[in-house]
Formats: sequence, structure tokens, C-alpha cells
Amino acid sequence: MSGTQDATHFEDLPLEALPLDAWHRARGARMVGFAGYHMPIQYEGIMAEHSWTREHAGLFDVSHMGQLTFSGEGVDEALETLLPSDIKGLKPFRQRYSMLLDHEGGILDDLMVSRPGDGAFEGAAIYMVVNGATKYDDIGWIIEHLPDAVVMNHMADQALLALQGPQAGEALAALIPQTADLLFMQSGLFTWRGVPLWISRSGYTGEDGFEISIPADDATLLADALCALPQVKPIGLGARDSLRLEAGLPLYGHDLSPAVSTIGADLGFAIQKRRREEGGFIGHARVMKELADGPGSKRVGLKIEGRLPAREGATIHIGATQVGEVTSGGFAPSVGAPIAMGWVSLPHSAEGTALEIEVRGKRIAAEVAPMPFVPHRYRRKA
Amino acid sequence: MSRYFTEEHEWIDVEGEIATVGITDYAQEQLGDIVFVELPAEGTTFDKGDDAAVVESVKAASDVYAPISGEVVESNGALEDEPALVNSDAEEDGWFFKLRIADTSELEGLMNEAAYKKFVASL
Repeated sequence: MSGTQDATHFEDLPLEALPLDAWHRARGARMVGFAGYHMPIQYEGIMAEHSWTREHAGLFDVSHMGQLTFSGEGVDEALETLLPSDIKGLKPFRQRYSMLLDHEGGILDDLMVSRPGDGAFEGAAIYMVVNGATKYDDIGWIIEHLPDAVVMNHMADQALLALQGPQAGEALAALIPQTADLLFMQSGLFTWRGVPLWISRSGYTGEDGFEISIPADDATLLADALCALPQVKPIGLGARDSLRLEAGLPLYGHDLSPAVSTIGADLGFAIQKRRREEGGFIGHARVMKELADGPGSKRVGLKIEGRLPAREGATIHIGATQVGEVTSGGFAPSVGAPIAMGWVSLPHSAEGTALEIEVRGKRIAAEVAPMPFVPHRYRRKA
Repeated sequence: MSRYFTEEHEWIDVEGEIATVGITDYAQEQLGDIVFVELPAEGTTFDKGDDAAVVESVKAASDVYAPISGEVVESNGALEDEPALVNSDAEEDGWFFKLRIADTSELEGLMNEAAYKKFVASL
């Protein structure tokens, strides 16, 4: 049997330890290299952890992600050059999904941007969370395009924990009752045992849940307190990937890359009307062109017949013609079947289109399917 | 009947000219939840080291090699309906395929159970 790598190693640099490294190992995590860090891929098993998160609440350590703050004169204007989203209209305690685009409109990263309040992050005007594997490239790109008056701070001493699942709300409220009032994509500053926590109601599983920014030194204490609750178990990267795939959420470096565009990725919702009309952000021309003429290809969901998973890199065909490629795929525990996400040329991207995917020389039947594969259960206003 | 092991974490039970092949408990533990097993068709012939089967876990696909040369006489159809059998019973009911052994001398370099245990402990 061949040993297949669970996750890609980040270049050839030695792996670093995250603040919760010892905590993961003490809980029996299998650690792998990911985004330059030792990270837990699983504890008791991906299927069990996936199901636990869908039914209860799972705690994910995502401290590898980059946490940035911005302050100074003209922050909003500067960030509206870098991001295609409405920053000026972003109210305190609100969060938005956005991305960094290159000059050709290719996606450099996807991210969350929010406006802190109550003096969080030392009064910074904007808080941003970017992907771990891309954070240093992002920082370089951002610095290159920021005016001198705007200061960016990379908070390498903050950990980030995600609590996700239908019981995440009651679990977190057991420690911090005031978090019960947060709705999806709202955030706030809370204090727990004297520790300041910036908490947003958001995540990457399709479930209700929270993302909690906490000083690295206090992360173990909070992880212990959460996992002492009956609803909460630690969950690894493996289940994080299967959960987000079922939720139809793209993974940067796989489903998104500089080679693809926002409109093709079906992420146009991140570009509000004013920004489309006024432009003034890097990559605007590509967005407008594709809104008018359509993108060359689209990110779609793929329902797969049978039990054989189609994975990243598998080619998608109609008869003799290749029409696309799978960018994420695997067995979906909550669906009970393999599913995939991929890019398909526009004429073949309509829901219900019958396609074939080539796996190890064999063609398997697939169909363009609506996403998410498992309904989102975010906590929105009633 | 004697059981042999390979460094690729496969086991081979030899009974007369027939070898039953599976992956070890250590291997299934490393792979995690198994969701699909692709087995070779009856009559396929393999040289030692050929890709013979594929085992798909939630996370990744891994090849299973033919540990010795031979012709496939049977594949474990039970794995098509219940791939998780490899997790629950890797070294008995979760067997992959049976080979008619082409060259019994190929068994000579393989490990016995004690040697394999030692090998795993060294990993």
C-alpha cells in the first residue's frame, strides 16, 4: 500500500507549531503539515468528526489563518482599491466576505473583512482574516498597494478558533451568555475570564457557529473550557474540508486561484452594486466584462453517480471533449455519496447538465448540481 | 496456512497455490474511514509490485500493490457494498483479492507476523 500524503507541505520551510500544538497532541490528533504549520488532520476519525459537527458542535483550530488589522487616515478608501467589496458602507460589528484580485481580475485570496467596535484590536478601523497558505503573499500585495498613511498590522500573537454546529450557540452561551444575541455575519467584543475575545457569528461548515479571535497565550484555556462542555469536541482539518465541500464553499488554492475570476467563481455577491458601477478597485475591468459577456467557465457543484469519489485534478468531459476539471472532491458523509466541485466551460455549466468525469481511465457519470449540497443553517434574523 | 507481511502494509495468507491479500490493521488505521475499494477483475494477471487495487478514504486515494505475481481468481465482493469492512476487520473479512501464485520464491523475502510487528513499531 502506498502512503498518500494527507495534506500538501508548504514549500520546504520547517513547519511551525501553532499555539494549541501540545493541546492537539494531548487529545490524540494526527498532525500533518499544512500552510507551513503542524496541524491536526483528525482526532477520532473524519467521518465521526464530520457527523459530530453536523449534529452537535465542533471546535476547529484555525490559528494558521492570517489576522490583520488596518488603521490610519483614509483606510476605507485604501481598502476599496484593494477589495471589490463595499467597505465604506460596512457598519461597526459587521462582517463581509471579500477577496483580493490581481490586475487581471484573478483571485489572489478570499477573506473576511469586518469593522471592529468598542475599541477592539486597539481601536483599529478594519479587521481582516485571510487564508493561512497565502497570508505572506497577501501581506506583500497589500503593503505594495497601501498608501503610507494606512498602517497594516499582522497579529501573529492572536489565535483563531472556530466553534461550528447546531449546538454551537448554546455551547458558547454557556461560557459567554451575551453571544446569544449575535446573528450571522455580526461580530462583537466580549470578555471571558478577563480575556478580550473578538467573536463573529460565521464559519466554514454551513452550520451556525462562531469564529473567535483570542490572544495566543489564552487559547488553551478557552479550548479546554469549550471542550469540557458536553456539546463540543475538537475537529480536525479533514472534516473541515468535507464540511465546507458539502456547504458549497470554495477552498482557496483548489477551487479558487489567480487563474479564475470572481464572476466565474459565482462569488459576485461579494461585489456590491455601488462597487460594480463605480469601480475603482483592482480587477474591476474583468468583473464588468464578465458581468456583460459571461465568464469563460464557471465553478459548479457536481453530483456523482455510484460510490467512486472523483478528486481534484480529475478531468470533466462531454463525449470526446474535455469541458472542465474537478477542483475539490471526495466522499460527503452527510450526503452519503461522493460529491465534487469543479470548473466547467459556460455552455455546459447549467444545473442538470450530464457530464462524465475520468477517474483512473474510467468514465463516471456526473451532473451539474445546485450548491450547497447540504442546506446552510446560519442564524439569521427571524 | 501461513501469513506473510510486506513493508507496504499488506498481508498475504498462503494456502496451497492460492494467496489471499489484504491490508493490515495498521494500514486501515492510517488511512482512516474507507469509502470505496476498487478491486481487480478475475483473470487479471499481475507482476509483483503492480498496482492491483485502489482504496479510497474520505481524504485520499491509495494504491494497493500486488505483493507477489499471480492471476486474480477472486475479489472480495463484500467490499463493494461495505467498504468500511476494511476498517472494522482489515485482516480477516476485509480481504481484497485472491491470487493464483505464479512464483512461490517471491514469498521468501516477506516478513512473518513477529517481524512485521517489529517493523511497525520502528515507524
